[in-house]
Amino acid sequence: MTPTAQVVTLTIDSKQYSARTDETILEIARQNNIFIPTLCFLEGLSGWGACRMCIVEMKGSTKLFPACTTRAAQDQVITTDSPRLRQYRQTIIEMLFSERNHICSVCVSNGHCELQSMAQKLGITHIDLPYRFPKMEFDSSHDLFRLDHNRCIVCTRCVRVCDEIEGAHTWDISGRGINSRVIIDLNESWGNSETCTTCGKCVRVCPTGALTRKGTGVAEMEKDQDFLSYLRMMRGVKS
Amino acid sequence: MPEIIKSPPPPSTDKRWKIVDATIRRHGYQKHALIEVLHTVQECFGFLDEQALRYVSAALRVPPSKVFGVATFYHFFQMKPAGKHTCVVCMGTACYIKGAPNLLQEIEAKYGVKAGETSEDRQLSVLTARCIGSCGLAPAAVFDGDVAGKLDRSETLQRLQKVMQL
Amino acid sequence: MTAAELENVAEIENAAQASYRHQIRVCAAAACLSQGSDKVKDNFDKEVERRGLNRDCQVKCVGCMGLCAEGPLVAIDGLEKMYQNVTANDVSEIVSSLETKPVERLVCSTDAPFFKRQTRVASEYCGLIDPERIEEYIAAGGYQPLQKALTEMDPQEVIDEMTKSGLRGRGGAGFPTGLKWGTVAKARSGDGRKFVICNGDEGDPGAFMDRSVLESDPHRVLEGMAIAAYATGASLGYLYVRAEYPLAVKRLKIAIRQAEKMGVLGSGILSTPFDFKVDIRLGAGAFVCGEETALIASIEGRRGQPRPRPPYPAEEGLWGCPTLINNVETFANVVPIIRNGGAWYAGIGTEKSKGTKVFALAGAVKNTGLIEVPMGTTLREIIFDIGGGIPGGKKFKAVQTGGPSGGCIPEQFLDMPVDYESLGKVGSIMGSGGMIIMDETSSMVDVARFFMEFCQSESCGKCVPCRVGTAQMLDLLQRFIDHTATGRDLALLEELCDMVRNTSLCGLGMTAPNPVMSTLRYFRHEYLEHLQPDRDAAPAAAEVTA
Repeated sequence: MTPTAQVVTLTIDSKQYSARTDETILEIARQNNIFIPTLCFLEGLSGWGACRMCIVEMKGSTKLFPACTTRAAQDQVITTDSPRLRQYRQTIIEMLFSERNHICSVCVSNGHCELQSMAQKLGITHIDLPYRFPKMEFDSSHDLFRLDHNRCIVCTRCVRVCDEIEGAHTWDISGRGINSRVIIDLNESWGNSETCTTCGKCVRVCPTGALTRKGTGVAEMEKDQDFLSYLRMMRGVKS
Repeated sequence: MPEIIKSPPPPSTDKRWKIVDATIRRHGYQKHALIEVLHTVQECFGFLDEQALRYVSAALRVPPSKVFGVATFYHFFQMKPAGKHTCVVCMGTACYIKGAPNLLQEIEAKYGVKAGETSEDRQLSVLTARCIGSCGLAPAAVFDGDVAGKLDRSETLQRLQKVMQL
Repeated sequence: MTAAELENVAEIENAAQASYRHQIRVCAAAACLSQGSDKVKDNFDKEVERRGLNRDCQVKCVGCMGLCAEGPLVAIDGLEKMYQNVTANDVSEIVSSLETKPVERLVCSTDAPFFKRQTRVASEYCGLIDPERIEEYIAAGGYQPLQKALTEMDPQEVIDEMTKSGLRGRGGAGFPTGLKWGTVAKARSGDGRKFVICNGDEGDPGAFMDRSVLESDPHRVLEGMAIAAYATGASLGYLYVRAEYPLAVKRLKIAIRQAEKMGVLGSGILSTPFDFKVDIRLGAGAFVCGEETALIASIEGRRGQPRPRPPYPAEEGLWGCPTLINNVETFANVVPIIRNGGAWYAGIGTEKSKGTKVFALAGAVKNTGLIEVPMGTTLREIIFDIGGGIPGGKKFKAVQTGGPSGGCIPEQFLDMPVDYESLGKVGSIMGSGGMIIMDETSSMVDVARFFMEFCQSESCGKCVPCRVGTAQMLDLLQRFIDHTATGRDLALLEELCDMVRNTSLCGLGMTAPNPVMSTLRYFRHEYLEHLQPDRDAAPAAAEVTA
């Protein structure tokens, strides 16, 4: 608990909860088994607040707030689910599918993909937005891992884990807007990276088949992310 | 034991790196001066190339991917001069009073490219630089990396022609 | 520098100026400069020298006088004679006419509404003083308000005056300035540091108000920042200026150097214990860096991507410290408010929108340039009286306010007052002050596409709705331009507008749909006309959730 944090009471989906002001709405929700969908969020990494899946309604404001970065405050009244929120969340998934080339049938992460699972969970059966079909590359130069830009949703989990947990900051994003790409060093091929330590954390945290281990089949492409909470424990980071 | 941080050597003896170093020093070698330093590099060299980015990354101790990410985020920064051939005309004080603007004029008349622009067929980019450190050879220009000095209108065109033929 | 010394500087400068019979002021702001006003000034210097009139005539560079359309502008002796479209060749004739009748063909009538109907508060010194001489700023009364704040008022009193004035952020959001200052003042800083940042990243295409103030009266902005720093407990400041404004950067650097030398900036300001140091930071071509948290990221040497708010910069800003960020024009209003009092400022404008606003008039209007009018002035007065109406005998179609975050306002609202609330009601925003007038030749669908292209290319790419949404909406708008759009495309466009507006992370994404939404609201027929011939019936306007 941070020295200045206080304990407050707030309402989520008509039920009252107590929480600390240094806790996020998402943390409180998960503690109490309230489902809020997320994509860019991963426990153990800093909050990014950019996929906008976790947006919730707050009484007294017309704005929507990302639960993963919004902290608790006294007397907040939050709604985590509504027809409007559901529609927005579906559109976000549709936007991601339309943005790049996500073809599940030929992807090694088929069945183990957070984008795919989220689409299924939200009941998406087809994409209404026009597909953009951008020309995207993949990088197979590394001995053990492969990067496929076609499947990337620019969630920046790889950037964050390499910066915050491994400490190498091999990954970053280049360009901006729809031209954003994850890059290694000075936009070099993974096999030639001077900073990459081949720890594989980025592959583990990647939600889709953008980052994968070479030589794995579809059934094997499961990503174990428990290492994050273990590392936090080992480093004495309070959860 | 206090860590003695060794600054990396500049990529070359080109005097323009001294100006870049001055900016780094003025900001106390702080990482947050990255954008200011990149501005100085671009002012001196006309654009940011890989060599420059590597040097800035080492000098400020900022990860290379972060430097690349910042350089490509901001549209003001040019990652390369767009043409196949580059002519950088020095507009430092000495070159200026010795007629550097005339050289630019000549280039524009022959190739239709102004300073900061690239020709339609993307063969030639014309840039200006603050000072390339060749004041004794004023007016000077750089043709695809080669410095040439004491230029007049006709020689400038001759050199350009030669370089464009390669 | 003590109060007495400050007064002394003013006295000496005023006496020096009074010793001249004639004062020739040549505009040296960017627009007039690009028309050759530097050559005009040089010729005046030469001519005055040649005729031995150095003792009688003072020739100086000044800032923007507003009527950029007719530059270069030259003012003689106050506003007694104002000349427009002056070329270097006209100089001789003008100097000859100093003691006699004005040169008729060059006269710019200062009786015209363009000059008479303005109320210059933020821009009061623009065009009167040489922006590169601190003595002139002090002689006009500059740094006295800072003196007053530091020696006669405590920080809370300063904040109270700002609150009383009703000044709202002039960058576009219109947040009450006094309230923002109060929040920063109250916020606790972990390491004791607090910052004041001036947002000079004027990125709206067609807006050049901030550029003008920075080029014409840089000391005013510095003084405003210093007063803000005193009020909020900050001792460090940054002026974030676009790299595309090299003249503004140059003048600011000169101003900071002069102010530090004079003892009105830096350590121990005006012989008080108050310290305030200002540094300039250059932007690098990212419109999104006008957003507060993106601007902070940029100063921190990172990609200019915003972060979710709360927490707000007032509590957790630059390097986690409480940070006050205000627009150039907001700071420019601080000085007159402290000088004349908050109540005086609140006497101008409307009930909820106090004071004046600087607007940049551009597009299909005769008098393009900069004007400052009280809030509540009607659009009709601004466009037709002050602006001189539509040239070429064309008909007015719409006025666009707020840049890529704003909307297009059609003819039926010409008599509405220009203030924050009224503009919001008609689907636009005040924005930073860019006002683009459009005539009958403008295609509103094309205007919408132009702004969406801008937003799409300036999107930082962090959040999904803006990154993908602006690209999808741009593609859809292009289909309208190409006459290949269907009714379904129109429905999809409206759905995306609603979603992007409500789910984007920052103001860029949240307001990117505004030009589309406002043109759909008032010019829907144009979209329908752009549909593929003989296709699905167009749907009625979609429900828009707040």
